[in-house]
Formats: sequence, C-alpha cells, structure tokens
Amino acid sequence: MGDVFSVILTSAALLFYVAGTVGLIRFPDTHSRLHALTKADNLGLGLLILGLMAQADGWVTLGKLLLTWVLALIAAGAAAQLVARTALGDRR
Amino acid sequence: MTLAFDLVLCAMIVGAAICAAVAGTIFAAAVFFIVYGIFVSLAWLRLDAFDVALAEAAMGAGLTGILLLRALGRMPASEDRPGPALAPALAGAGLALALGWAFLALPESAGLGPVVRNAAPGAGAENPVTAVLLAFRAWDTLLETIVLLAALLGVWALSRDEAWGLPPGLPQRVRPDGVLAGFGRILPPIGAVVGVYLVWAGTSRPGGAFQGGTVLAAVALLVSMAGLAQAPRVTSGALRLVLVAGPLVFLGMAFIGAVLSLWQPGAAFLALPEAHAKSLILGIELMLTLSIAVTLAALVAGPPEDRA
Amino acid sequence: MNVTVLGLCGALLVGIGVFAFLWQRHLLRRVLAFNVIGSGIFLYLGAAGARGGAADPVPHALIITGIVVALSASALAVALVLAHLHASSATRLPEDEP
Repeated sequence: MGDVFSVILTSAALLFYVAGTVGLIRFPDTHSRLHALTKADNLGLGLLILGLMAQADGWVTLGKLLLTWVLALIAAGAAAQLVARTALGDRR
Repeated sequence: MTLAFDLVLCAMIVGAAICAAVAGTIFAAAVFFIVYGIFVSLAWLRLDAFDVALAEAAMGAGLTGILLLRALGRMPASEDRPGPALAPALAGAGLALALGWAFLALPESAGLGPVVRNAAPGAGAENPVTAVLLAFRAWDTLLETIVLLAALLGVWALSRDEAWGLPPGLPQRVRPDGVLAGFGRILPPIGAVVGVYLVWAGTSRPGGAFQGGTVLAAVALLVSMAGLAQAPRVTSGALRLVLVAGPLVFLGMAFIGAVLSLWQPGAAFLALPEAHAKSLILGIELMLTLSIAVTLAALVAGPPEDRA
Repeated sequence: MNVTVLGLCGALLVGIGVFAFLWQRHLLRRVLAFNVIGSGIFLYLGAAGARGGAADPVPHALIITGIVVALSASALAVALVLAHLHASSATRLPEDEP
C-alpha cells in the first residue's frame, strides 16, 4: 500500500518537474520562466516529499523530510523574489 | 538497477562538467559548476562517503559557487573567446584515457579500512573518518588549518592600501525590509543548529569540524549579505584571535603531548592520551570549527574593498 | 562494477577539466576548470579506495582535506584574478591576449 502511494506521488512529482522544466526552456522572459519554475517545482518537491514520507521508518525521518521541504520552499521563494527584482532593474 | 542509477548519475555529472567547461557565458558556467558539485556529492553518497558528500556539497558546490558568482559580479563584461581547441582536446582525452586505463589496471587491495575500524574506538572517535582526521593523521589536519590561514593572509595581502582596515569584502547595500533581509533572519538559527550538530555528531557519525564550520561560514556570509550585521574589520584583534584560536589549541595539545613524553611512555607530539581522547577531540573540534567558519567566511568575502 | 563506473567517471572529469583549463582564456573560467580537475581527482581516488568493498576512511579523510585546500586555493586565485583586473584592466594573462 505504502509503495503504491509512493510510486503514484513521485510519478506525479516528476510530471510537475517536467512541466516546470519545459516552461523554463520555452517561456520568453525571466518573469514567466520564474513563474513556471517556482510554482511547478515547489509543488513537485512537495509531492516527492509526500511520496517519500510513505517510505520513512520513523518520526525523525518524517520530520527531516518535512524540514527539507519547508527550507527549500523558503529558499526558492526568496531566490525567485531576488531574481525577479534584479530582472526588473535590468529592464529599466 | 543500481548500475543503471550510477550510469545515469555519471552521465549527468559529465554532462554538467562539459556544460560548465564550454558554456557561452561565464555566469552560465558558474551555475553549471554548482549543479555539477551537487551531482558529485550524490556520487559520494553512492560510495558510502557521507562525510565527503557533506564537504563537497557545502564547499565544492556552495562556497566555491558563491566565490565565482561574487567575483563575476565585480568584473566588467569582457571579451571571452577561448583559444584553439585541438591541442587541449587531445591533451584532455589522452589524460582521461591514461587515467581510465590506470584505474582498470590497479591491483586489488583491501585498503586501510579494517585497520582504522579496529583502532578507531581507542582513538576517541567512533566515526572512522574523524578518527583519521584528528587522531591518526592529525598532522595533516593541523597543517591544513594553517594552509587556510596562509590563504587568508594571501587574500588580505591583495587589498589596496586605501581599503585596508575595512571589513572583508564589499560593503553591502540591502533594503532593510526586503526579501533578502527576511531570509537572512529565518535561516541563521536553523543553520547554526545544523552546523553545531554536525560538529557534535562528527565523532560518532558523519559530520565534523570542516562540514560544520562550512555551514556556520555560510550563515555568517548570509547574515552579512543580508545587511543584518556588519562584519568585523580586518584589523580587529578579536577577529584575528578567533582566526588563530583553533590551530593554536590544536598545536597546544600537540606540545602538551610532547612535554608529557619526557616522563610518560606512550605520550608523544600530537598523540592524545587515550583516557581523555574523546573529550579532547571534541574540544579541539569545537575550537577548530569556530576558526574554520570565520576563516572560510573571510576567504569567500575576499579582501576589504571600499568601492561599492 | 559500480565503483569502476565512478572511477572512470573521475578520469573523464580530469580530462574535461584539463581541456577547459588549456582551452579557455578567461582567468575565472580557468579557476573553474581547476576545480573540475580537482573534484575529478577526488572521485578517482575515492573510487579507487572503495574497491575493497567496504568504504575506506583514509582516502575519505584525505579528500576532505583536499576539498578544503582546493577551496582556499580557489579563494586566493579569485582574489589574484580580481587584483590583476584592477591593475591591468584585463581578464586574461598577457601572453593570451590576441
């Protein structure tokens, strides 16, 4: 049961990663690329973490996985903001 | 199945390395290099080298990446045309083939693993890598911390006379309510806990002074980049004391061993007494971590500069 | 078998790094290539140490030392590149100027 859950969720995560990557390559400017990357990849990472949580052998591992996701979200959000602001500055 | 994973991983490592080598702009090359470092640390996990994976991700990818990107930000866009490709390509291919052949021709060997594992508990660290770093090959580690200091001396010696006495690196201008400042407030407490944990756990599990020190150095760099705290001036006595504290404590322990050896058999220069080996290793590691963290942060920040 | 793959990968990385080091003229790119050579050598050494089956801690400790020294050498090299830029407004060595 846990294995099926993991396979379904990680496959869904991969789908989001592919979508995000296609967006990164195909979209025309920095801001729409950032939009594809942050939205799709953060959701993909969340699904990946959820899928891996089904394989965790204890609360400590669960906590570490969750912490990984939260830290990656914060870092990605902050980095995306900084890149977007710098790109705005370049255009002016 | 694992072979397939390794083949895919190696293909991605080599792909990232080629992209970093031939990328159109230097910025792209630096970004590919960071990605490459993360892939290489995955390869270290495949070799069961957790300590090395931590060091590679934190130093090889993280700090070297910051170093390259910060240097790039200070350079004007300049002509960047490589030379003729034929001779370098032949040299690279020849060297890779020779090394590959040499790897396949290496004689079988069990290595020093069993020897170290048998001796490690008596040396005060259950993690064999920490035992090698701080007990069996302590001499290397001592000299390594001094190499770090020497590199920092070299970097500081390159500062211009007008800038000498300022804090290391460029002055930062950040909006106090901006995203970077907010990020710089959230991450340091977590980073500090992770850094200290890596040192604490390093005697029995993967981690250690260098990995923990790198995480703490990254925290210090983030705090200074986010404009939350001013780095100390390079002339500050306190800063210099922290820089030399780790090597000094290490050397002091080494000399205590040398003095003890006058009337105690078994004691020697750099040999830790077995009864207190664990607490001594932890103490040396904590001091080393502090010095390594500050030295690495100062190295990456670069010589003091006055122009923004 | 898996160890052999990683060892050969390390050999290939050294080749790529040497190629980039000789081919590129921009000094920052050369610092980067130097780091690729370094990590290729580390991977080669680590894989050679892992052939005995169990992980060998001695090469691991040597490699951690190597990574730290490579980082400090890179920091010094980057500072030298920037000092060269300020002194002569060039990002290449004089003999590489067209």
